[in-house]
Amino acid sequence: MNTFLGFAVSFASLCVTLAMLFALARLFLGPSAQDRVLALDTFYVNGMLILLMLGIRSASTAYFDMALLIALFGFVGSMALGKFLLRGEVIEP
Amino acid sequence: MTDIPTWAALPAGVLLIGGGLLTVIGSFGLWRLPNFFARMHPPAMGNTLGLGCVLIASMLVTSAATARPVIHEVLITLFVVMTAPVTAMTLARAAIYRRDRRSQPGPREL
Repeated sequence: MNTFLGFAVSFASLCVTLAMLFALARLFLGPSAQDRVLALDTFYVNGMLILLMLGIRSASTAYFDMALLIALFGFVGSMALGKFLLRGEVIEP
Repeated sequence: MTDIPTWAALPAGVLLIGGGLLTVIGSFGLWRLPNFFARMHPPAMGNTLGLGCVLIASMLVTSAATARPVIHEVLITLFVVMTAPVTAMTLARAAIYRRDRRSQPGPREL
């Protein structure tokens, strides 16, 4: 049964890598700035999924902390960029 | 990979395959759809359902490997469920604002 789980982890990693390539394509050829911010947000979530799959593959909990940090920084980055696009500055006086 | 029993490996594998497929379909939609407001929808599928599938699989495998219930992946689920709509709302409002500002004539060009 471990062979099935290994196949599933490899297949899911391949899928998420492909998804990261799609998000990267949108990040580079997105016509407007909000397209690029949305692609960066998707890219962050896909990277977090890759880390979780590495954690499943190696059965260690060290990857979980990295995934949580990536979720945190992805939210902060996307929120700051969105706020900048909306208001012109990130932290208003 | 340590020895995972069947009751955990089978649903975890199915959930992983489903999560990977949902994520790749969502990012493919992000790449292919025509305008920004259509492109906002597909990544939400990968962000919510794909992430949930992978997190449940991770909980199953870690619980079976360490022989005790491990539920700290719920933290990531809670965080993403709380923060993804905030980002989506901010980006949608920024897109509407920038579109309206670009369409009306004026001395200030964007």
